[in-house]
Amino acid sequence: MKNKEILLGPLSKNNPVIVQVLGICSALAVTSKLEPSFVMAISVIAVVALANVIISLLRNTIPNSIRIIVQLVVVAALVIIVDQVLKAFAYDVSKQLSVFVGLIITNCIVMGRLEAFALSHGPWESFLDGVGNGVGYGLILIIVGFFRELLGSGTLFGFQVIPQIFYDWGYQNNGLMILPPMALIVVACIIWVHRSYNKDLQEK
Amino acid sequence: MESLNLFIKSIFIDNMIFAYFLGMCSYLAVSKTVKTSMGLGIAVTFVLTLTVPINYLLENYILKPGALVWLNESFADVDLSFLSLILFIAVVASIVQLVEMVVEKYSPSLYASLGIFLPLIAVNCAILGGSLFMQQRSFDSVGTATIFGLGSGVGWLLAIVGIAAIREKLAYSNVPAPLKGIGITFIITGLMGIAFMSFLGIKL
Repeated sequence: MKNKEILLGPLSKNNPVIVQVLGICSALAVTSKLEPSFVMAISVIAVVALANVIISLLRNTIPNSIRIIVQLVVVAALVIIVDQVLKAFAYDVSKQLSVFVGLIITNCIVMGRLEAFALSHGPWESFLDGVGNGVGYGLILIIVGFFRELLGSGTLFGFQVIPQIFYDWGYQNNGLMILPPMALIVVACIIWVHRSYNKDLQEK
Repeated sequence: MESLNLFIKSIFIDNMIFAYFLGMCSYLAVSKTVKTSMGLGIAVTFVLTLTVPINYLLENYILKPGALVWLNESFADVDLSFLSLILFIAVVASIVQLVEMVVEKYSPSLYASLGIFLPLIAVNCAILGGSLFMQQRSFDSVGTATIFGLGSGVGWLLAIVGIAAIREKLAYSNVPAPLKGIGITFIITGLMGIAFMSFLGIKL
């Protein structure tokens, strides 16, 4: 039961993006299309889960005063692996994500989970926590990516989903959705809906 | 003239917050009052101005394919670029540590007012992002890289002070309950981003 809470809590009630407000940078910047959002979500899940396990295994040997730098090194090593794998197997997406793969290192979710969870829990629980938080983050990315690609380009994963006949009748893609500022407003709408259902999360 | 253009461009057009969403975590967390956000903004600008040129030197004399030629002709085909992430983050972390010690020694009052924000800068995406963008754009000299770092920092400062000023006024407004706090901040940042996009048309 407890493990289930660790895994599923971050999906809604304790979501890293819309409740804890961590890792916003990449959540917004890569979501103009669904495909990069999806790849980014998987990369972050892998990095958070593995970093959590490694730090949790090392937690009793790391001196407290240098833990930040140890965490940074572990995370950076994992991110380099992810970066090289993406460059080898998904070069186009890796180009679209540009610097944001590297920026997983400074993604606050990773550091936040290491500090708040992995340093005080066993490897298996930390793994579940990492997967849960990664999935919670990925969920938001995919929702945002879905709306931005659907309304902005009329496609999903690059396939046309809005029928041509709509365009013949005068339907236009909303070019604004592709632009960076709309990512913020879409996330704000998700927060709005989420907090109307979860009244206890509302501020003041 | 060229460098002035780059400076203006990195403040307004390629603004770290509004165009790339870098450093959003601290931007959202610390923007409650103008005073603290000013302090954080200055610290970020300072660290960016230092780290971008240092990483530029690292990139050009150690990491780039063939960059080690100055050491020995036989190193011409050594490519260490896969190490860039880990070296960049190490430079950022140590510069932040250094800045912290210098500020603590020579200006205890500034140190006290910045408090916890100084060490947090190490994991601010804007800092690492600045170095990664520098790597991508391959500037022609250290001077240009410094100007880019300074401009990006000033752009970040401008954004965080702007949102802090708006949030101070917002405390008295009647915002729908689920949007209070973080939600409305997202929307306002989005609107500010749209406003900043009007700089896009300027040819520099």
